[in-house]
Amino acid sequence: MFKSKTFSFYMFILPWLIGFFIFTAGPMIYSLYMSFTDYSGLGAANWVGIENYQKIFTEDPLFWQSLWNTFFYTIFGVPLGLVVGYLLAVLLNAKVKFMGAFRTIFYLPSLVPTVASSLLWILIFQPDFGIANSILSFFHLPTSNWLLSEEMVKPSLIIMSLWGAGGGMVIYLAGLQSVPATLYEAAELDGAGKLRKFWHVTVPMTSNVIFFNLIMGLIGAFQIFTQAYVVSNGNGGPNYKSLFYVFYLYQDAFKFFKMGYASALAWILFIIILIFTLIQFKVFGKKVYYEYDE
Amino acid sequence: MEIADVKAKPALKTKKESSIKRGKILERLLVYGLLIGLSIVFIFPFLWLIGTSLKPENEALTFPPTLIPNVWDFANYKDVFTIVNFGQYYMNSIIVTVGTVLGTVLSSTLVAYGFARIKGKGRDAWFVLLLATMMLPPQVTMIPVYMIFAKLGWTNTFLPLVVPAFFGNAYFIFLLRQFFRTIPKELEESAYLDGCSTLGIFWRIVLPLSAPAIITVALLSFMWTWNDFLGPLIYLNDDAKYTLALGILQFKGALLIEWGPMMAASVLIILPLIIMFFVGQRYFIEGIATTGGKG
Repeated sequence: MFKSKTFSFYMFILPWLIGFFIFTAGPMIYSLYMSFTDYSGLGAANWVGIENYQKIFTEDPLFWQSLWNTFFYTIFGVPLGLVVGYLLAVLLNAKVKFMGAFRTIFYLPSLVPTVASSLLWILIFQPDFGIANSILSFFHLPTSNWLLSEEMVKPSLIIMSLWGAGGGMVIYLAGLQSVPATLYEAAELDGAGKLRKFWHVTVPMTSNVIFFNLIMGLIGAFQIFTQAYVVSNGNGGPNYKSLFYVFYLYQDAFKFFKMGYASALAWILFIIILIFTLIQFKVFGKKVYYEYDE
Repeated sequence: MEIADVKAKPALKTKKESSIKRGKILERLLVYGLLIGLSIVFIFPFLWLIGTSLKPENEALTFPPTLIPNVWDFANYKDVFTIVNFGQYYMNSIIVTVGTVLGTVLSSTLVAYGFARIKGKGRDAWFVLLLATMMLPPQVTMIPVYMIFAKLGWTNTFLPLVVPAFFGNAYFIFLLRQFFRTIPKELEESAYLDGCSTLGIFWRIVLPLSAPAIITVALLSFMWTWNDFLGPLIYLNDDAKYTLALGILQFKGALLIEWGPMMAASVLIILPLIIMFFVGQRYFIEGIATTGGKG
């Protein structure tokens, strides 16, 4: 009985198990090995020791540039996205009429394929005839070159990402709706006002979804690629200011065929994401509220 | 002051009530004001997209721009299919997406049921490993996986995009496992006593009861595949093989961008997703909410 249960368990998970070894575990080990070689996609891979890593940290300005670009995008983009998504959810949770319609309006932009939304924002941010500058000049405000400007290309990409903040909103909304009404009633009896109820009931009780969105947002932001590729015609311009980490990795691997070098970059990214995730669990993990499950 | 207060007591009460009421109304106004303002901001890019797709070429580039076209011109929608191979891209996207959705649903339900209900030796350890793979950035495995497919001679075909789907997707396996665990065990137990095999239980009892979760998985997987850019960019290098996400960039030359047709093409790419959203709204929102909320 026991044996046959174990057998049928493995039969059921077999597809994933095979996939895990072929597409995850095997490639991970292989890519770690490649990161210590000069593999170019063709010919033999020669062992070069830690040379790739040494080069990356000491001789590669584009590594630091792309790392900085990615940090900038993450540090400003992720918190802003969290706040906008949360604000939308809180507004929608206020028992408003036409809630379904509003929810749809805020959610739809997050459905738009990144390539299509990037093209649309190129048009909006077009310096000469784009609507962004038209509105600014209508109010006699300074205009900008947006995606073509070294200073503004990253902020522009962050604005673009905020248009999709409705994706997180849906998750927050589910969290907000599961906060028991009795908690609000108890807080009211204690004389808590709107703001206190928000800070001391709503936010702590939804901390699990905020935490989830924070982790997902960070992992996603670290991997930003498509938007930057489309708006910069695949070169990370202007002057490498939109060359994000994964973008640089892609270029090294599939444009310059420095597969060994790119593998080292991939492992550095993996370590960075791992450290960030662990820090978040350490800092926020204990403060997060979890519903009793089973 | 005090005397006046005592005298005016009944009036005061209603005054207080009405001030609370006024506060409530003010709050409502604020909420609706914000909602409507934000709606305009969120919807504006859509209007701009549709507007541009209907403008003749000279109007698309005028300054100041017009939101609603002076002349409604559907020529862009015709040009989409003549300037580039758009019909072919559309067909390619459909093939890749349908194949991926099929593979994902087939494999992920099977694996999820194993994790949800069959207490095999080592189950918990494998499950932790499954969750861990969700955190792994795909870039770590991207290069070796590319090399595998290159060795097989599968580059410039749809196989590298579709075949991995048949080995399950960790995110969907997790979602489905959570759902399967909510199905009352008694149903499966009684079928087992009636002599039904595990596979039979899975096929005849669990799957039919799980339609909502399966639809959610199918919709999300459709959306992700339809939108995927990096996969096709790496594996497809022949114009006739391009999916929509790659193909639409053909409107964008280094110097000249054909805005009208490009926006018309964008509308055509977004359209299936919007229709899908309205048809399956319930599944969409619930699916996103359950995976997010119960992580």
